[in-house]
Amino acid sequence: MEKILVGLKRVVDYNVRVRVRSDGSGVETDGVKMSINPFDEIALEEALRIKERGEAGEVIVISIGSSDVRQQLRTGLAMGADRAILVETDAQTDPLTSARILLEIIKREDPGLVLLGKQAIDNDNNQTGQMLAALWGRPQATFASELALDGDQATVTREVDIGLESIEIDLPAVVTTDLRLNEPRYVKLPDIMKAKKKPLDQIPLADLDIEASAALNETAFAPPEERQKGIIVDDVAGLVAALQDKGLL
Amino acid sequence: MTRILLIAEHDGTSVNPSTAKCVTCASEIPDAEIHVAVLAKDGASLASEVAGLTSVDKVIQVDNPANSYPVAAILAPQIVAIADGYSHIFGPSTTFGKDLMPRVAALLGVNQVSDIMSVLGSHSFRRPIYAGNAIVTVEAPAGLPVVATVRIASYASAAGGGSASIEAASVDADIPGHTRFIELRSGKSDRPDLQTAAKVVSGGRALGSAENFDLIYKLADALGAGVGASRAAVDAGYVPNEMQVGQTGKIIAPELYIAIGISGAIQHLTGIKDAGTIVAINKDGEAPIFEIADIGLVGDLFKIVPELEAAVGAASGRE
Repeated sequence: MEKILVGLKRVVDYNVRVRVRSDGSGVETDGVKMSINPFDEIALEEALRIKERGEAGEVIVISIGSSDVRQQLRTGLAMGADRAILVETDAQTDPLTSARILLEIIKREDPGLVLLGKQAIDNDNNQTGQMLAALWGRPQATFASELALDGDQATVTREVDIGLESIEIDLPAVVTTDLRLNEPRYVKLPDIMKAKKKPLDQIPLADLDIEASAALNETAFAPPEERQKGIIVDDVAGLVAALQDKGLL
Repeated sequence: MTRILLIAEHDGTSVNPSTAKCVTCASEIPDAEIHVAVLAKDGASLASEVAGLTSVDKVIQVDNPANSYPVAAILAPQIVAIADGYSHIFGPSTTFGKDLMPRVAALLGVNQVSDIMSVLGSHSFRRPIYAGNAIVTVEAPAGLPVVATVRIASYASAAGGGSASIEAASVDADIPGHTRFIELRSGKSDRPDLQTAAKVVSGGRALGSAENFDLIYKLADALGAGVGASRAAVDAGYVPNEMQVGQTGKIIAPELYIAIGISGAIQHLTGIKDAGTIVAINKDGEAPIFEIADIGLVGDLFKIVPELEAAVGAASGRE
């Protein structure tokens, strides 16, 4: 195929312990390390491997967000993507709007495959890929742990609750990635330098004709209920006694 | 009027316990009429199973040979075809519902409320974000259908004893041929299902090998427990993916959770926060798992676990 489109979302790094602001207005993101959503990194790695096998001509990374997101797109270019597209908006887009934006870019680029992370680790929504496939009227293969292309078809192994499911899909299609699809490569310094010369198109969101959607209104944020710190027992006899005490044995 | 359409999860033979949990969530919405859709190849016995759940008012049976396997692109247009007149459309936040419901939501032109953990009102819900490190209250827009998935660890199963009516529906929808089911590889076991077991024993990377995981299975069998694992243990190939507990695996709420050789990454803790009692066995006394464990035992799992298995056997008379 000619092109693979890969979505990258800028999120709070997965090692950061996120805290809710004391006034409950949101989570603290000031001064917090930001990274590519880990599932999206897996999506990009998969696209790069497909290209390296000679099964795709070009890998395009796309993101939606403020100009800060260029940092994550540059990382994507350093990993090996050929060019980047930033749909620029300072507003946070809801999943349906994100799907509509991606569809607009698909119409322009006509990719043979769209690879996205199965969920972003900030809002944990797990919606955008499925929504995009629905609006596009194309197959979706979510939670992929194996992907094999064969002409205008693909076979995808999906991680489902009861095991591994295989499906066959016609291309073009949307595939969302699970953790075990691959292990993303590390970016090397010379590649970071090279990435600066790769094209990064910025398209203001207002330039795209996107239907407005009614987002969910987030009215309050709270920390989760903390569990009380428990007891430490010395040995198995102590553990058994503690469990019997609670009526669990 | 509040009318809720629930999408039943099943494997063609029996109804998944997630369905009864969704019914409980739906029944918390004030003055709601609850209908459950069963989309299957031949759903008669599935439909009568669902009709027995208390609080269910009606079961809609949609039979179609295309519904033999749960393919989202095939099910979604059929759900949209019967969605008219419903204020809410709910499914479970299992891989089945996570795959299907956003496709339904997009076809209806709405965003989805993912992972409802509590109902505050007909359009107001609480859900976890950032791997459960924050809980957000969301209001779904009025006048539009509310499409949502239900975090099943937050809900008990609806009881039996109901007697809802069953209605066969013929659905006029374009069923695409672009997505084809091939096979399901499932490590079927006789142990309790991880997602609904009252007791769960989980092992981590410290087990060191697939062979050593036998220790976990033996303890689980002595307890009559389900078996889970950390992401590290799955990645290392000790156990299959369906055993992973955590943010991106299964979110569970057993009465007793025993974490063995699991250090307790945030992503793992997210999956077990709702457990009744958490027991941690780990050689590193500083491991984060001890911060949320109710009972901790610091030491060598290879010594402790066989001892515990013997003690459990003795205590329950199943020696």
